[in-house]
Amino acid sequence: MFYREAGDFKTSYPEDGQTFPIKLDRFGFFAVLFIGFAVIPFVINDYWVNSVFLPFLIYAIAAIGLNILVGYCGQVSLGTGGFMAVGAYACYKFMTGLDIWIGGVQYALPPINIFLSVILAGLVTAFVGVLFGLPSLRIKGFYLAVATLAAQFFLVWLFNKWAWAYNYSASGQISAPERSIFGMNVTGANADPWVAYLFCLVFLAGLAFMARNLTRGSMGRKWMAIRDMDIAAEIIGVDPLKAKLSAFAVSSFFIGISGALFFSVYLGAVEVGEVFGINKSFLVLFMVIIGGLGSIFGAFAGAAFLVLLPVFLKNTLVGGLGWPTDLAAHLEFMIVGGLIITFLVLEPHGLAQLWRIIKEKLRLWPFPH
Amino acid sequence: MSVMDQETYVTADGRTIGGVLMEMRNISLRFGGVKAITDISFDIREGEIRAIIGPNGAGKSSMLNVISGFYIPQEGEVWYKGAVRPQMRPFEVARQGIARTFQNIALFEGMSVLDNVMTGRLNHMTMGLLSQAIWKGKAEQEEIENREVAEKIIDFLEIQHIRKTPVSRLPYGLKKRVELARALAAQPSLLLLDEPMAGMNVEEKEDMSRFILDVNDEFGTTIALIEHDMGVVMDLSDRVVVMDYGKKIGDGSPDEVRNNQAVIDAYLGVAHD
Repeated sequence: MFYREAGDFKTSYPEDGQTFPIKLDRFGFFAVLFIGFAVIPFVINDYWVNSVFLPFLIYAIAAIGLNILVGYCGQVSLGTGGFMAVGAYACYKFMTGLDIWIGGVQYALPPINIFLSVILAGLVTAFVGVLFGLPSLRIKGFYLAVATLAAQFFLVWLFNKWAWAYNYSASGQISAPERSIFGMNVTGANADPWVAYLFCLVFLAGLAFMARNLTRGSMGRKWMAIRDMDIAAEIIGVDPLKAKLSAFAVSSFFIGISGALFFSVYLGAVEVGEVFGINKSFLVLFMVIIGGLGSIFGAFAGAAFLVLLPVFLKNTLVGGLGWPTDLAAHLEFMIVGGLIITFLVLEPHGLAQLWRIIKEKLRLWPFPH
Repeated sequence: MSVMDQETYVTADGRTIGGVLMEMRNISLRFGGVKAITDISFDIREGEIRAIIGPNGAGKSSMLNVISGFYIPQEGEVWYKGAVRPQMRPFEVARQGIARTFQNIALFEGMSVLDNVMTGRLNHMTMGLLSQAIWKGKAEQEEIENREVAEKIIDFLEIQHIRKTPVSRLPYGLKKRVELARALAAQPSLLLLDEPMAGMNVEEKEDMSRFILDVNDEFGTTIALIEHDMGVVMDLSDRVVVMDYGKKIGDGSPDEVRNNQAVIDAYLGVAHD
């Protein structure tokens, strides 16, 4: 009934290019924004924040970042875990006061505000991402995926061995000191759940906005041209070097920020091999594939699917049906795995495509054509 | 001295042909021991439609690839706009105002028609990463300006109705037209068409011929094309280069080429005695 573009005439190019061309979608989007920013912070407790919202928000950032690289630019990467580690350790160094040497003299920077630390961590990761993206100029596809594995293993090894990175702590771990914004604790033991939630939400909203803008403009077209046919892209004037490296830079920036948030806001303390291992790379890659390659919405859907489904299953099996915890844990793996296969068989292009088809049908509903 | 040797001249249908835009001087191209092109020279003048014809394997596509910077000839010079073109990558050639289409369509299958045409505008869009990420303001302004140009081309080639359709869903004939639109969107000084009518039926060929003539007429774009359909080539082009086994065997107006004995021999075969 209401889900129609009929009568909603676009009379300018900005209107024609808007993200949500259908009115109901726009209302839905603003409603979600309103609920996310103005309702949820007042009703959530510690459990919801730590087991549902924080992982969802942070993984969504990582998935958007990886989607830019894999989904939009077509460069497969298995280094996500390593890049998240760079973000985490960079954030830690900025938070705790980075010591730098200029002309042989050591200066200690004062600890930097947590908000800025996270952004700086993203920038550092972008730089590292560009370095490890250089092989993409020569190798493609599966071979590039293997080459990015080098980043994964090297970076984890580096943060295990390089004592400067974890401030020479005896355990080799990094743990986030207490930091606050406007007097409210974001990190550390006394952080308020709703502050941590809002902090991550602000990053996710801002980054998703930027990702959408980058992918709809000339930058996104360069990336997609490289993805679809790199030779034709070069013939029409796309510099493959710049296009690929910019995709690596932007993607790593996002992933670095997600790593920084994962460490500082979500976990609080990190041992690099456990948290940012190869599993993390695969997890984020699965989110991107299940959500839908080349779609910002897909990144959200994939993150939600892989974060929320296990929580939901655990609650229904253990809490609702009263099954023993270990049985539920095993069943949970089987059900999630089964659902992943089912979804991919039904729709290889991911949840985003499924959603797109539903919308197409809704536009015409109740008529068949 | 024929009319074609003058500095500029006006064709029978009233188009003005200017000076030399691109000149190939003694181009030779080898792949290992295979000589694809041997010592070929010809020029392309501003505003003209220049055809390159020849039997299969004559080296026509290799020639086009040399012009678009995809192959680098072992010998010879490419002169463009009055200067020797230094060795450069294909994307740098594109930025000098040379656009092309491909024999087997090379569109970006994952993108809509509009996005494909907009990729032709990429060389005219200069906004940095940050302003694009913020979008509102300069980047949006630039997008709108370039969208207007792209929409003009879309109107011109009559593909408005498929603007938002993914390219992968289009039939062959329309894909060819979208590819032409993408090349035109770059507003090139020289447009290279590699067999624009391959695999088309008569009606589609007529449409495409009309578009090629209109492009040349309205935008004054210089066009170099490869085509196998002799009827089309002779009707469309101002001058024709004929190649066979990597060598140039004829060059001149369609009428001259048609009566050239070497060309007739190459196409019809000649008795060996």
